[in-house]
Amino acid sequence: MTLGKPLPHDSAPLHVTGQARYVDDIPLPAHALHLAFGKATIAKGRVTAIDLDPVRAAPGVVMVLGPADLPGDCDTSPSAHDEPLLSDQVHFHGQPLFLVVADSHLAARRAATIARVTYETETPILTIEDALAANARFEDGPRIWTRGDVAAALAAAPHHLEGRIEMGGQEHFYLEGQAALALPGEGGEVHVIASTQHPTEVQHKVAHALHVPMHKVRVECRRMGGGFGGKESQGNALAIACAVVAAQTGRPAKMRYDRDDDMILTGKRHDFRIDYRAGFDATGRLTAVDFIHYTRCGWSQDLSLPVADRAMLHADNAYFLPAVRIESHRLRTNMASATAFRGFGGPQGVLGIERVLDHVAHHLGLDPLAVRRANYYDGPAPSGPGTGARYGGPHSPSSPARNTTPYGQTVTGFALHDMTDALAQSADYAARRAAIRDWNADQPILKRGIALTPVKFGISFTLTHLNQAGALVHVYQDGSIHLNHGGTEMGQGLNQKVAQVAADAFGVGIDAVQITATDTAKVPNTSATAASSGSDLNGMAVLAACDTIRGRIAACLAELHQCAPDQVRFADGHVKAGGADMSFAEAALTAYQNRVSLSATGFYKTPDISWDRIKGQGKPFYYFAYGAAVTEVVIDTLTGENRLLRADILHDSGASLNPALDIGQVEGGYVQGAGWLTMEELVWDDAGRLRTHAPATYKIPATSDTPPVFNVALWDRANPEATVRRSKAVGEPPFMLGISALMAISDALAQACPGVYPALDAPATPERVLMTLRRMRAG
Amino acid sequence: MTGTITISLHLNGEAVTATLPARMSLVDFLRETMGLTGAHVGCAHGVCGACTVRVDGAAVRGCLMLAAQADGATVDTIEGLTDTGAIADLQDAFHRHNAVQCGYCSPGMLITAADLLDRATLPDRAEIRDHISGNYCRCTGYQAIVDAISEVATARTKGAA
Repeated sequence: MTLGKPLPHDSAPLHVTGQARYVDDIPLPAHALHLAFGKATIAKGRVTAIDLDPVRAAPGVVMVLGPADLPGDCDTSPSAHDEPLLSDQVHFHGQPLFLVVADSHLAARRAATIARVTYETETPILTIEDALAANARFEDGPRIWTRGDVAAALAAAPHHLEGRIEMGGQEHFYLEGQAALALPGEGGEVHVIASTQHPTEVQHKVAHALHVPMHKVRVECRRMGGGFGGKESQGNALAIACAVVAAQTGRPAKMRYDRDDDMILTGKRHDFRIDYRAGFDATGRLTAVDFIHYTRCGWSQDLSLPVADRAMLHADNAYFLPAVRIESHRLRTNMASATAFRGFGGPQGVLGIERVLDHVAHHLGLDPLAVRRANYYDGPAPSGPGTGARYGGPHSPSSPARNTTPYGQTVTGFALHDMTDALAQSADYAARRAAIRDWNADQPILKRGIALTPVKFGISFTLTHLNQAGALVHVYQDGSIHLNHGGTEMGQGLNQKVAQVAADAFGVGIDAVQITATDTAKVPNTSATAASSGSDLNGMAVLAACDTIRGRIAACLAELHQCAPDQVRFADGHVKAGGADMSFAEAALTAYQNRVSLSATGFYKTPDISWDRIKGQGKPFYYFAYGAAVTEVVIDTLTGENRLLRADILHDSGASLNPALDIGQVEGGYVQGAGWLTMEELVWDDAGRLRTHAPATYKIPATSDTPPVFNVALWDRANPEATVRRSKAVGEPPFMLGISALMAISDALAQACPGVYPALDAPATPERVLMTLRRMRAG
Repeated sequence: MTGTITISLHLNGEAVTATLPARMSLVDFLRETMGLTGAHVGCAHGVCGACTVRVDGAAVRGCLMLAAQADGATVDTIEGLTDTGAIADLQDAFHRHNAVQCGYCSPGMLITAADLLDRATLPDRAEIRDHISGNYCRCTGYQAIVDAISEVATARTKGAA
């Protein structure tokens, strides 16, 4: 059995020896060309004149393309067809105006900076206020979802408060920047090798740009050097540019963004402002909440609608909200178009309600954990002998169920009551909280804080038709297995998990399975590897393909050895049929010699989901994944510096397919989430220029920023839903565990200035912590 | 800007002479001229550490050093260190501890870690954390990396005793 084993990443031996190839590492054929975009230096306006002669005359330049030199608009958008590859209309600072084609990467980049461009500038829309004043938005107005009479419930509540939290965006900072390579083929074919989470979309967009059918375009991705959502749509432009140049010149074309270009050109996590009004009782239990979400989407629609939807879908996080109203404004601003990033709006929605509960607890002088628990959804109802309850019976004496989300989905299998108990105990939450308060009483400068926050994250693409996957499996006559599926590998270990599923299906060791590059010529019409869905969808598709082949082998051997097909056993590298016992390789050879097909496709679609995003009603999620984290911090009240001292995490990955990989996702997700909320700060100036476009000014967590004490455990319980081997998705949910770091800083601040609520915005950089403290002390 | 320079160096144990643009960075020389793509260009600012290689025994940012400056130097990349087996224990520990996810940072991280293990007496976790804080990893959260380095440090100390 390989399933459930903590096998390391399949590519690790290649990673640690430098042999793992990323797009930029692939040796190029002779005469390859290198591309760079010439970028706008204003945030809004239009190009009135452009002199590209200096660019054309620059050393190494082969040609320069403007918008009119393209075969069409070469749209790069994943959604609204609103992103021409090149444009003379400027919608954000950095917008590609022209494309330089040169004989080296540096020659292209140098030449891209020397065009003489004249603009007619307009005032850019940059802030939420600017956008609201101009009614610059996507969709005709805000999306609003309501349950109950929120105004009446707020008026009737014994206690009220209101507030606002602002949270910044986040740069993906995948270590490997965007990159693509196009190799021209015969008869108009093109082979694109891209660092992309979505090969099918690249294929679709390249085919559109070249005016060819999708069958002319093959897109391949062996691995990415990190994705995090940033390679779901943001790589389209590079792949299209390369394909256009390859088609025009007949020469291979490669493009990679250097880090500054990458940060200026590509979208980031959506920043949010959330205004809230809450009504609650003396225990902190909410009776009504009214949220208004404002998010700056940037210049194009990209994936902003489903991102903002998912923020609304996570406005409840783990809590039952009896009456709730969520209003969501998706604002169009003159900035790089905000895009997918791990959590896809979920973290922003979750932070909104976590802030409300932190505020409520402070208002009432209660432990925030007690307030959180008072608002949890109901757990699975106890039933059976000895529980004193007849589940679902008409005479059961019980209060009304608190298990329906604002969008009407029933929460089943809510695991957080038990998980919170277990984590609070293992992390010694109550005793440490008391000890921190004692310690703080004696400390004039340093203050510690602690917080436990939960996460409940909905698993499925909210665009229902995306919840499908395909696979292609071959068994060769020597018993070796070739595995392919539509998911992409960006470090998360998807391929290894899926290979474990395949090995288990055939009862062979993991070494029998060869993982291969994601390839649109092998598995078509795939969805992005996104929404944490990689293992759930592709694992099931692979299992279906393996089951087909195994069934054929079993039928063949059953006939040869006079037994029923379901009595043929595949285990430990052997196949047993009737009295026969042979190696899997012998079984494969026998099947081949008996003219049995040993190749199959597999397909899977998630059952039992439906969703109306306009009404905000339905069952968008197949199930929920859960987690909880305790973080302890210390802040310096003179400098605002903060440190994470300890983190304890308990995370639900169902019956884990691979605990080592899952723990890696949990640790990495937490650190990335804590980075978003404590240090990673995007700053645009008044002209709409991103001032933090390199790691010298944009800080992501280093080793020394992580908590020195870091205890991570999996809540290893089978998923009640019939997912692949009862596992749960684990890519995005742990990201939101980082919210405990922000809430712990809030706790520390509250003790530095008793009686005043910190109302801490994110990221809680030293500067912001200090400003918050000053505001609090000023009363 | 178009001037060239000829350099001679010991690269992964072999004598190499090359003529290249005077402004070419060491990492571009290694990757583009020599085909040694294990060192990656992550930021080209000297911040992320993905391009770290060993020059005369010290861990160096390949993006901040000109190839011309390596004239006469001994340069070792992840490929060369793999061939000699000098860091095989560390590579094996990174593998077993799952200290890699996307793997893009791994070659640089390994060379920085090897630098610590070569020079220090048994480092504690705080020293390890401090030493590798100039190498970014966006995937792992670093815990597995520190675990792997710590294990090798302990094993090497025991082996030497």
